[in-house]
Amino acid sequence: MDEAGCGGCQVISAEQRSSKHWELTGEGCEIAEQGSHEARVFSSIPDEGMPQGQLMKLAFGKVGFSKAMSNKWIRLDKGHEGGPRVFRTVENIEDSVRDKLLVVQKGQSSQLEEKEKSELKKRKLLSEVTVKSYWITKGSLFSTTITKQETELTPEMIASGSWKEKKFKPYNFEAMGVAPDCGHLHPLMKVRTQFRQIFLEMGFTEMPTNNFIESSFWNFDSLFQPQQHPARDQHDTFFLSDPAQAHEFPLDYLERVRKVHSEGGFGSQGYKYDWKIEEAQKNILRTHTTAVSARMLYKLAQKEKFTPVKYFSIDRVFRNETLDATHLAEFHQIEGVVADYGLTLGDLMGILHQFFTKLGITKLRFKPAYNPYTEPSMEVFSYHEGLKKWVEVGNSGVFRPEMLLPMGLPEGVTVIAWGLSLERPTMIKYGINNIRELVGHKVNLQMVYDSPVCRLDA
Amino acid sequence: MPTVSVKRDLLFHALGRTYSDEEFDELCFEFGLELDEITSEKDIISREQGDTKAEGASDVILYKIDVPANRYDLLCLEGLVRGLQVFKEKMEAPRYRRVSPTSGEPQRLVITEETAAVRPHAVAAVLRNITFTQERYDSFIELQEKLHQNVCRKRTLVAIGTHDLDTISGPFTYTAKPPDDIRFTPLNQAQEYTATELMNLYKTDSHLRHYLHIIEDKPVYPVIYDSNGIVLSMPPIINGDHSKISLNTKNVFIECTATDLTKAKIVLDMMVTMFCEYCEEPFTKETLSGDFINRKVGISESTERIAQLLTKMCLRSEVMSDGEQIEVEIPPTRSDVIHACDIMEDAAMAYGFNNIIRTTPRTYTVANQLPLNKLTELLRQDLAAAGFTEALTFALCSQEDIADKLLKNISDTRACHIANPKTAEFQVARTTLLPGLLKTLAANRKMPLPLRLFEISDVVLKDETKDVGAKNNRRLCAVYYNKSPGFEVIHGLMDRVMQLLEVKPGRDEGYHIQAAQGNRTRKPSETVTFNDDSSFFPGRCAEIFAHGKSIGRLGVLHPDVISRFELTMPCSALDIDIEPFL
Repeated sequence: MDEAGCGGCQVISAEQRSSKHWELTGEGCEIAEQGSHEARVFSSIPDEGMPQGQLMKLAFGKVGFSKAMSNKWIRLDKGHEGGPRVFRTVENIEDSVRDKLLVVQKGQSSQLEEKEKSELKKRKLLSEVTVKSYWITKGSLFSTTITKQETELTPEMIASGSWKEKKFKPYNFEAMGVAPDCGHLHPLMKVRTQFRQIFLEMGFTEMPTNNFIESSFWNFDSLFQPQQHPARDQHDTFFLSDPAQAHEFPLDYLERVRKVHSEGGFGSQGYKYDWKIEEAQKNILRTHTTAVSARMLYKLAQKEKFTPVKYFSIDRVFRNETLDATHLAEFHQIEGVVADYGLTLGDLMGILHQFFTKLGITKLRFKPAYNPYTEPSMEVFSYHEGLKKWVEVGNSGVFRPEMLLPMGLPEGVTVIAWGLSLERPTMIKYGINNIRELVGHKVNLQMVYDSPVCRLDA
Repeated sequence: MPTVSVKRDLLFHALGRTYSDEEFDELCFEFGLELDEITSEKDIISREQGDTKAEGASDVILYKIDVPANRYDLLCLEGLVRGLQVFKEKMEAPRYRRVSPTSGEPQRLVITEETAAVRPHAVAAVLRNITFTQERYDSFIELQEKLHQNVCRKRTLVAIGTHDLDTISGPFTYTAKPPDDIRFTPLNQAQEYTATELMNLYKTDSHLRHYLHIIEDKPVYPVIYDSNGIVLSMPPIINGDHSKISLNTKNVFIECTATDLTKAKIVLDMMVTMFCEYCEEPFTKETLSGDFINRKVGISESTERIAQLLTKMCLRSEVMSDGEQIEVEIPPTRSDVIHACDIMEDAAMAYGFNNIIRTTPRTYTVANQLPLNKLTELLRQDLAAAGFTEALTFALCSQEDIADKLLKNISDTRACHIANPKTAEFQVARTTLLPGLLKTLAANRKMPLPLRLFEISDVVLKDETKDVGAKNNRRLCAVYYNKSPGFEVIHGLMDRVMQLLEVKPGRDEGYHIQAAQGNRTRKPSETVTFNDDSSFFPGRCAEIFAHGKSIGRLGVLHPDVISRFELTMPCSALDIDIEPFL
């Protein structure tokens, strides 16, 4: 059709039709003419009978003999003098096979029952034939002269100008194009890029988080997280066997941390327990990037004059937790920190509002929460239009004086901070329910190939 | 976060009104709680054990409420109701007093030296003239259990024992003895056992066996006797049967034995303040200024108003004579208050976080990217443009992934080992990105060939010069997987990377590759060494040099590596350190 009618241009139009009918096979034709094998056996046998051997030599002998026997038209006398001999048992027969075939031959196969036809088909006397035909009519552009249509524009046509005279085959705009041969960025990393962009737009400087292995000191103790805190248990945190311990600490600072935990100070009663350096030395895979924030704030405090800072980081953290569809042993934490004189809780909520607005989230509310190193601590909830409920989108708080003052930060300086995971907004953004389909080697590359650009506020 | 489950109707009765589920959820949210689930005993049993088991169970509605981990005073119905009622200004913050018994002499608990070897601290108190109902009794037992699980850290830090005082007589002795010398009838048993026998008996007890390890290997076990030698308890395992409390108990003797004295006091305070009006400890008082609260929260309320807000949070507060300072009484129930900032938080909560005006800090700063991350971001874009697709693989893996499967010795890898992995997937931090990429290929064998993957991320290597003895190293790794090895493809990618990094081909200042030397000895000065090309097909591996330093390798992977990662096609790979290009 395409060749003759050229797609949509319709010189002629053709409609395919198909029909089925029954036909006699070669053997079927022979039987229609001469009778069935069994009938021919019957008529070949004279009144006095015929030796079996002689009968079997006939072309139709073998098949006809057994059919005629089962129809009880003939009998075999095995004990007959001079070898087995075949006799007729009835006077007349009715050759129904031939009769049926004759009906089909006359084109009246519909008179036969389906069962009868399939019986004859099994005997290879009948076959069902499908005939395909085309119904041809004049098309809308019917013409008696033929012009060949070009498929594509060529350099020669452009050079000679022949394209002006040619007719071109229309394109099929319904079909998909050829996929470009290119690489793709991972969706989680695309979202990471956007979060980095947001922090940079807000004037935040990136922290060096390229240290997965951290001492318990920086990960917990410096944050005023007591040594018996459940997060420091074997079943929450990955400890290292090699290298098992950190061996270098700022000693005067370490002493101030010991004191604020065990005895208090800086306006605090402390936790009043026996603080042990052995616990602080234990190396772990960091459980949060706040360990890096602690290092950065300590470094800031060592400067001669305090200057306000805004820091951010997005990097991996590790938890020795039970794994499920939304939890892996490692995930990416997004963290923002602001240190300045006189920051208020209102400032923290204001900056969170600005941050989340850039993510397209404007309806926020805050719930009091508990966190060992922030006071106050607030969980951030946003109203999810799809789920029609408030969902937790992050955690935030004001770092405790017991964390900041031992570092040497000036008394009036407040540090506000917040954090969230990178995976959760990405899973929501790309509609992924199982985190393993997003992160790790079990990722489906087709998903990576097909993922759209990341516009968080759209 | 601990969860407290309370009967809804009982709760509403105590609160003096009913709430819709939404209203109650809202109230919880404001107060820093979370209404986690609305359920019933029947629901819970049918979910956990099937419908048939649940038949006949109670279908009284239960509220499961998440309580912040530091608010031990909200772990029972009594405490919750008290907190919420004061918050809603329906009642005044309670004050607790210690009273002496009518007989005059307080009870005494004598602690002997022997306990130092196993569980050195003990504190005790008496609740007098208490009337238990079934609900109160259940709540009393449940609070004990909640405290055991939370602040007591599964009885390791503190263990609580409660006794009917009228069945025993003081003074009491807390001592420690060898297990075979301790003999008594434990709670709910009919005969006497020695401590050694008890430890055996409880090995199969679904509840108690979890606590045996606390004292099991000690030479002496802690034990409390009354003046007649009756065993009250063998903490932290089990109480004696003799002194057990019942619904009819009038006077309750509470002992807390501990390895942490501060926690023992907290726990004892919780037990007594929740269940009676007697208390042995006076209030502590803090003074702070209204201005401090205003400045920290970002509000401007009068000193009187702030005192009111704090009182609403069970922190009875009064404005002092100067009109600026506020005196705040910290009840023994609020052990979480250890600094003025904790009081500030309560003021902010009472004011309502969501009523605070959101402001923008004026902090002026200029943003900077971390140079290493900036370079990573730029390279990622261009590697994708070069036709390679980004993978994102785990930083933790098995020893096998970085050693056996790559035909290397684990001892040569400088890998950092994890002490407590739950499965083999978390034995080490990766020392190379290659296994992650090969596993990504294996999981995507059905995708049309060729597969071109890359990742730029950190590996972790032991490094003595760092305070923690290890450091991250940013690597670029790429693989090409097809019916032919495609060395020229991966080589072309390497050339492109060098072009992007503005390194020209050339021996000295430029870059070049040369056949890898096999197991070349490592120079101590080198921070990163690629002294092992056993993962590559012999003769098909080249070392890459830039500015005269080895920065990585490229080549066709060894067929054994390919089959160990369950792959079937040839594969070439590129692995370089990008930190020298900063």
